[in-house]
Amino acid sequence: MIFWQLFLSYLKIGFFGFGGGYAMLSLIQNEVVVRHAWMTNGEFADIVAVSQITPGPIAINSATYVGYTVGSQAGSPGCGVLGALVATAAVCLPALTIMLLITRFFLKLRDNRFVEGAMLGMRPVVIGMIAAAALLLIFPHGAAESERNFIDPWSWLLFGGVLVGQWRKVNPILLIALSAAAGILIYRIC
Amino acid sequence: MTLELFRSFFKIGAFTFGGGYAMIPIIEHEVIDRRGWIARDEFLDLLTLAQSAPGPIALNTAVFVGYKLRGLRGALASIAGVVVPSFTVILLVALLFADIRHDPWVDAAFKGMRPAVVALIVAPVLSLSRGMHPALCAVIVGAALAIWGLGWSPIAVLVAAALCGIGWELYHFRNTAR
Repeated sequence: MIFWQLFLSYLKIGFFGFGGGYAMLSLIQNEVVVRHAWMTNGEFADIVAVSQITPGPIAINSATYVGYTVGSQAGSPGCGVLGALVATAAVCLPALTIMLLITRFFLKLRDNRFVEGAMLGMRPVVIGMIAAAALLLIFPHGAAESERNFIDPWSWLLFGGVLVGQWRKVNPILLIALSAAAGILIYRIC
Repeated sequence: MTLELFRSFFKIGAFTFGGGYAMIPIIEHEVIDRRGWIARDEFLDLLTLAQSAPGPIALNTAVFVGYKLRGLRGALASIAGVVVPSFTVILLVALLFADIRHDPWVDAAFKGMRPAVVALIVAPVLSLSRGMHPALCAVIVGAALAIWGLGWSPIAVLVAAALCGIGWELYHFRNTAR
């Protein structure tokens, strides 16, 4: 049952989504691209791009989008909307329950040795997860030529340019918009 | 009040692009400066919690503020506020996307955006790991290679890291207590 699988996948993503947005990308990628092959690595990169230029947290954007795509693969656009609802609710559920518990036991948790230790251990791994998501987008495992995210030297030039832009604190939405314009200029007009 | 919570978090959800840390100043402005729902030092504690709990920071903040002000109903209203804008926008995008994705102009734009997105993901890795202890940098590289190269489940790696951290903390505690 596709909707049940969708629900479980996004419940997992929500539950283990430590470190917020970018760190969750690795979990989403692992569930959606690697394990279930609901979409290709290239389509995954497209969703991240769309999430960047639309409002809201990436985790929720991706849940809605993947839910819709997977649902409509199973049937009508109505199934797509249902899939979007299922995935979005699933990704919110763990945050809701865990934060409710934390809010209740706010002070007791703050200096707890176990919580502190777990956070200490997870901090570097969360950064490693973000790196893994990037690595998989740059060097996908056995992806078809058409699904590559880096297709020629221009891709690397854009990559470097945006990296410098980020470092100089340029607005990320502006960077995405500029690289879309550059893409049109390079691959369509020239 | 419940409606006000919904409206405030709707605004937060609708006007933050890129998510995560970009949202913090907007939440701060709405929740502390405009509404005065929580105090500033409480907000800092809240941020630490929202970052250490799983899930998007905006969502966690919404639950905390909503629950504190109006209990479960407040939490649900705030969550709905954050989710509804992005859900609606993405659904519209998804409905149109299938038709326009293979348009040569759109395709060219996405060919340009894909490497840019990867750069946006790489940037926080560099800024977060700067100045970290070499041993921790080794953990970062190890985790990245295990997940990307060896195909280990990120969840398994995360749980193992949490356990190691707890073990380290307990060991350390016992040694300093003696």
